[in-house]
Amino acid sequence: MSATTTTNPPEQSPQRAAFELKGSLFTLTIFYLQSSDLAVITQHLRDKIAQAPGFFCHAPVVIDLNDLHDPVDFTALVALLRQYQLIPVGIRHGSEAQSTAALAAGLPLLPKQRAVKRPDTAPEPQAPEKPLRKYTRTRVYSKPVRSGQQLYAPDGDLIIIGTVSGGAEVLAAGHVHVYGSLRGRALAGVHGDNHARIFCSSLEAELVSVAGNYRILEKPSDIAKLHQPVQIYLESERLMIRPLT
Amino acid sequence: MARVIVVTSGKGGVGKTTTSASFAAGLALRDFKTVVIDFDVGLRNLDLIMGCERRVVYDFVNVINGEANLNQALIKDKRLSNLYILPASQTRDKEALTHEGVEIVIEELKKRFDYIICDSPAGIEHGAHIAMYFADDALVTTNPEVSSVRDSDRILGLIASRSRRAINNEEPVQELLVLTRYDSERVERGDMLALDDVLEILGIPLLGVIPESQTVLLASNEGVPVILNERSDAGHAYADMVARYLGEERPHRFLTHRKNFLRRMFGG
Repeated sequence: MSATTTTNPPEQSPQRAAFELKGSLFTLTIFYLQSSDLAVITQHLRDKIAQAPGFFCHAPVVIDLNDLHDPVDFTALVALLRQYQLIPVGIRHGSEAQSTAALAAGLPLLPKQRAVKRPDTAPEPQAPEKPLRKYTRTRVYSKPVRSGQQLYAPDGDLIIIGTVSGGAEVLAAGHVHVYGSLRGRALAGVHGDNHARIFCSSLEAELVSVAGNYRILEKPSDIAKLHQPVQIYLESERLMIRPLT
Repeated sequence: MARVIVVTSGKGGVGKTTTSASFAAGLALRDFKTVVIDFDVGLRNLDLIMGCERRVVYDFVNVINGEANLNQALIKDKRLSNLYILPASQTRDKEALTHEGVEIVIEELKKRFDYIICDSPAGIEHGAHIAMYFADDALVTTNPEVSSVRDSDRILGLIASRSRRAINNEEPVQELLVLTRYDSERVERGDMLALDDVLEILGIPLLGVIPESQTVLLASNEGVPVILNERSDAGHAYADMVARYLGEERPHRFLTHRKNFLRRMFGG
């Protein structure tokens, strides 16, 4: 299993890793660009700042190019925005030429929003962007998962119809369902989804984990739950194991 | 059409070679032309168990390298006219078994024999992989003990994903469980895993249960497959196993502990 997606039990990593990678969702301000004329943009920015000085305060923004088809000098635009304490972190809805120019200026491309609705007034700070559930593909596996096998659903849920043997490992970005005995390791929400859950017909697992919060089942209170159908989920950072009845 | 049968286990010392020797001898006793190949290059033992160690001149690796032909390397069993042994090389290592070389030998043997038994080395590396790669059936040899069961589970995963049948998307390899060294007394005491526990974990059909028996060691030392010992429990169990493999119905024996005569007399 890749050390990048979950916290490893300490006994498995004698030396602490220098860093960890995890996914997370943020609400960002969108900067709807309607002109490529830097002078016009400067004028507008000045007006905004005059209305509410210190409002932007190093706010990260995403430049939306849905309304603008002219070529943009991104290097100059980035410098301008930074001058007014806005930190551009990427662009979206750019044309092919705009996207290429943005990448060249070091701005990443962010995914498109479905059904773009543009507010009438230009930059509307704090406009909450609906977090996108990016994974959708469910993987269904209907054979036993043997010791040493690893099954991974990187984009969605994982459904296993059969047992997961000791020494096997099943991972999913979303939920993990095991219609059989779960004897190996099961890790749900490996990209950091706190809402992912693990379901199984009989809990005999070596280790269970949701969004990097892992647990080995050796406490007497855990052992009482063994051999039962259960669901496992996170409740305020705590991994809960509850009978499925 | 000839069938290729691998005897494998993952773990060492569980009885792969004993099973290979007896299973091959059992098929030969039933008048099938049978050859048993030792894939354990560098640690060959099959020749000892079959009692032909003094007759090894050329071996499997010599044939693969074109240094000898199959007729020169195949050793005819002293007791059974239908049984041949293809010994491993003791002075080489597993890398000598190339995919192409092994394939040519197996295809050639398929023309001459009904059954080709491949005695796999322990482990999951190249030697074990090539032994199971060409198989149609797999006899997964397991002891009633947790580490052996887990290793068998691992091997089953490899057979299901990395055998030729799996890679070519053909009908999967038929996986059959052979539970060896089964000591019903220790199972009853709870020292050993019971048959049902093993079946539940591995989830494959049972071909045979071979009881723990002194006669197995004796047979190995004498170089006679234990199936040829008519007074051995283990020999009878192997004979039943061969019959079941050939499609006969045989009840599973040796599953319950039977107190011996003296202990019954004196209530021990």
